[in-house]
Amino acid sequence: MTEQRKAVALISGGLDSLLAAKVIQEQGIHVEGINFYTGFCVEGHTHAIRKKDQKKSKRNNALWVAEQLGIKLHIVDIVEEYKDIVFNPKHGYGANLNPCLDCKIFMVSKALEWLRKKDFDFIITGEVIGQRPMSQRKETMPVVSGESGAEDLLLRPLCAKNLPQTLPEHEGWVDRERLYDFSGRSRKPQMALAAKFGFKDYAQPAGGCCFLTDAQYSVKLADLWRARGSKQYEMDDIMLLKVGRHLRPAPHFKVIIAREEGEGNFLQGYRKQFVTIKTISHGGPLALIDGEPTAADIELAARLVARYSQGRDADLVELEVVDREGSSHALKVEPIKPHEIPQEWHI
Amino acid sequence: MSRVTLDARRLLCPMPVIRVQDKIETLTPGTILEAICTDPGVMNDIPAWCRINGHKVIETRSDRAEYTVVIEVGEAE
Repeated sequence: MTEQRKAVALISGGLDSLLAAKVIQEQGIHVEGINFYTGFCVEGHTHAIRKKDQKKSKRNNALWVAEQLGIKLHIVDIVEEYKDIVFNPKHGYGANLNPCLDCKIFMVSKALEWLRKKDFDFIITGEVIGQRPMSQRKETMPVVSGESGAEDLLLRPLCAKNLPQTLPEHEGWVDRERLYDFSGRSRKPQMALAAKFGFKDYAQPAGGCCFLTDAQYSVKLADLWRARGSKQYEMDDIMLLKVGRHLRPAPHFKVIIAREEGEGNFLQGYRKQFVTIKTISHGGPLALIDGEPTAADIELAARLVARYSQGRDADLVELEVVDREGSSHALKVEPIKPHEIPQEWHI
Repeated sequence: MSRVTLDARRLLCPMPVIRVQDKIETLTPGTILEAICTDPGVMNDIPAWCRINGHKVIETRSDRAEYTVVIEVGEAE
């Protein structure tokens, strides 16, 4: 009896990885999925913190893909190891702080580690030549397979016919003729293949799956590094960059103001780590002060919070300031006027 | 039947799922794992992860801002 070969598929939750895994499954290969969590992954839940986005699906697309395929999914937390990729990408950043090529190399190398530990035979990705300007080009395909150490164990089923033969093809575990030759940015071939397999309601291919490709997010991350004097972050930092209105009146502190109730509830969870401000006399947002604020800084932050409260036009707004130890005091301030907020405070 | 509680509060998905996954790796089949979370997304994600990985969700409940998923650990393959 022929030994059933096993492949581990990098599952991002997008259409390409869904199709790549399906194409290989169709050839009788046992496929399991692996999904890496970097901390920067764009997920419906992060958006769902905000009320306006709550109509959006809350599903995790990688899990949804695994269910469609009927495969196991192993989600791997690489938050700590990933920092080095973000801080020092050998191949540089893309348009924003996205180290896409280094990221792909790293993920394939982690998949290779997993493969060896679990005794699998090869790795699948949904890469397509020309699909992404930084990481998915003809020249970068061998860079990913080479620098990750995967070499010919890395099979890209959607564009394999445009690439040299890999071990699974050479050994006859998969039939090269039943692989594809997709290239370029057009999504039409993928959509046609999805229709052929009967996949509907897959994640729409737009904007990527990583916050580091987002210009606004990258600006906030760069600001954080500037304020700290070095490239560093913790998980809470990168979570908080996704939430609220961020204003930095001075290098040593910034104010994070919830834009709505959902964000307020989320920020509430950080009240023991930051000085918090909340309006008392009027309805208003919860805010955190990140940094080491002086009394004058806290008063300025309170004026900013008042500006974004229902008391924005009042003469005075009363707020409660709570320190990290839970001690609180009340403060009455005049809401800051819009023209008093320099544009550069907005991050 | 032993019962274990996992505190996954303040974590955004998929971290609660990862914590559940990693915890289950250390538990024997039949153990009841109660995951307490604050991200409402867990009400979809943890059951989805359990379905594809052979574990059984026996209860989900929400109380104010907390969401609890109770899982019976399945047989390891």
